[in-house]
Amino acid sequence: MTAPAQAPAGQNRALRGRRTPVLVLVGIAVVAFGVSAALCYGAGIGGWVLTIVIGLILYLVGVFVAVGRVEGRRAARNRVWGTLIQLAFVLALLPLVSVIWTLISKGTERFDLNFFTTSMNNIGARDPEGGAVHAIIGTLEQVGIAALITIPLGVLAAIYIVEYGRGRFTFTIRFFVDVMTGIPSIIAGLFVLSFWVLIVSPWYNNGQPAFSGFAAALALSVLMLPTIVRSTEEMLRLVPAPLREGSYALGVPKWKTILKVVVPTALPGIVTGIMLAIARAAGETAPVLLVAGGSAALNINPFNNNQTSLSLFVFQQASDASRFSPARAWTAALTLVALVLILTIAAKLVAGRNRIRR
Amino acid sequence: MVNPDSPPDGGQVGGGWLPRRKGFGAERAFSTVTLLAGAMVLVIIVAITVFLIAKAIPALRANDANFITETEWFPNQSPPTFGIAALAWGTLVSSVIALVVAVPIALGIALYLSHYAYERIATAFGFLIDLLAAVPSVVFGLWGFTVFIEPVRTFSVWLNKYFGWLPFFGGDGPFGRSFMLGGLVLAIMVLPIITALSREVFMQTPTANEEAALSLGATRWEMIRTAVLPYGRPGVVAAVMLGLGRALGETIALALTLGFINEVTLNIIENGGNSIAANIANGFGEADDIGRGALIASGLVLFAITLVVNMAARAVIYRRRDFKESAA
Repeated sequence: MTAPAQAPAGQNRALRGRRTPVLVLVGIAVVAFGVSAALCYGAGIGGWVLTIVIGLILYLVGVFVAVGRVEGRRAARNRVWGTLIQLAFVLALLPLVSVIWTLISKGTERFDLNFFTTSMNNIGARDPEGGAVHAIIGTLEQVGIAALITIPLGVLAAIYIVEYGRGRFTFTIRFFVDVMTGIPSIIAGLFVLSFWVLIVSPWYNNGQPAFSGFAAALALSVLMLPTIVRSTEEMLRLVPAPLREGSYALGVPKWKTILKVVVPTALPGIVTGIMLAIARAAGETAPVLLVAGGSAALNINPFNNNQTSLSLFVFQQASDASRFSPARAWTAALTLVALVLILTIAAKLVAGRNRIRR
Repeated sequence: MVNPDSPPDGGQVGGGWLPRRKGFGAERAFSTVTLLAGAMVLVIIVAITVFLIAKAIPALRANDANFITETEWFPNQSPPTFGIAALAWGTLVSSVIALVVAVPIALGIALYLSHYAYERIATAFGFLIDLLAAVPSVVFGLWGFTVFIEPVRTFSVWLNKYFGWLPFFGGDGPFGRSFMLGGLVLAIMVLPIITALSREVFMQTPTANEEAALSLGATRWEMIRTAVLPYGRPGVVAAVMLGLGRALGETIALALTLGFINEVTLNIIENGGNSIAANIANGFGEADDIGRGALIASGLVLFAITLVVNMAARAVIYRRRDFKESAA
């Protein structure tokens, strides 16, 4: 340390060490991008993207050398890594911005009344009309049935894990709940295909395997269950023990304590988890493709015959050869994303009302 | 206060009514119901395995080729010949591309959000990254093969022109619907998963460790390298494995972006490529009985792989959690 003792004005600066002037950094940036542009366009090896990439590399090298001379090697390394980390963040925002921009610009093209009131029944390759009302109804029915199956099952399972379970068996259940969150959606679809569609459904359908919206709901349940169990479990654990003990002290049996004290206290958090699970399930395509089969016409009955869903509608319109189908696909995608986002944001708002926190 | 629900036949002890201890009461019924619900998870995992095996066996018996080494997928012809080699290869290649691209970027974002950004900005942008995770995969697929394909095609042509002597970037086109496109779309999809978990473990770094590093004169990067990264390593490993699990099983985005050609190739920019999951989604429509069985057999392989990857990831997380609880 070379701080002069009698110079209080200069002491501060000396202790903080020398800093590279911002002007130098700007200068390095200008030179780096200038050289890069000259290289790319002059030699004809690339366009503006390559210019930015080479420019950034040159800039980082220049900064490393300049800061290294002024502030030392360690400070230079610190500066370069800091810049790289912030660049990673900007880079990740690019696809998000592009997806949102495309969704809005292409998705609003067919965002009209016709789209939400008609199905694809009797719509040929040359017809610009056609809508997704059958897909919207399919999504609502399948996700609704899946929620009806999964919510009680998931909440009860979480209650078992937190309130009753002890020992190795409970640990095994918790472990496999976590593992189950990673099961690919197509596997859930194949499972319901081989179990429900190919083995169970021939019993009631004259020996023929029957696709149905209900089968899709079963597959979505497999995907929703671990999410709901996991989030409910976390919320139940947050309920303070004195609440339970107070209830026991009044002579209330355990099951009643759980239903009247523990679950109501954790309810906002549980609802948040359920809504996030529903949002995730609404966007799943593969299971619906495998067990509901897709359909062009409106089918209100989820227990018989093919159904489609919004996500499957997007997939099938995307693979369609008609020149009007991309617009339909994008509008359906916009509707789907809006649905999922509304659920997600509502879930976060509900979570904000939670009285117990981590 | 009188509780009307507590029965008076439980025996009078100490001046108050105590609930009955034995017998098939509401308590027993409720705890049994919750036990059954909890056991349901294990039942489903076992049922998935059993039913997939049951439906795969007839198709595997009818198969004329070696299921492991055959690269073609013709289960509908007679005799049916199909094998998983090319599909497994494609699954591997697209996942590797996704992870190679996504992991450094995800770690950068996680560090930025946990140690560089102001708290308010970090909260807002953390929410944005979560939104990225909420976008359904079919939307990424649609975006990938209508919008993202253009820059990827330009990039592929450029790579082919200057680095065509490498086996990855060779060939003479057409380019676009390739492993590169599929892998990059996958990268965008696994990014939020890896970011969310690593950010969480980075934020859990004990403040004492960070302050100790800083007080010894470490720069911010040195503090991250010596205090944050070693502490977070198991969590990062687990996050990468969870991302891998997601990438291996992703279906619809790859079904829309890969070229749907079965081949074992190193070339990642030419039209082509297929994966186990994408093959199921694309091949299901024209599959007959044996065809379905064949697809289910390939799904069984995928299930086994993702199960192993996920169990390994969770085991890492659990071990770390034990360590943390004992240290606390």
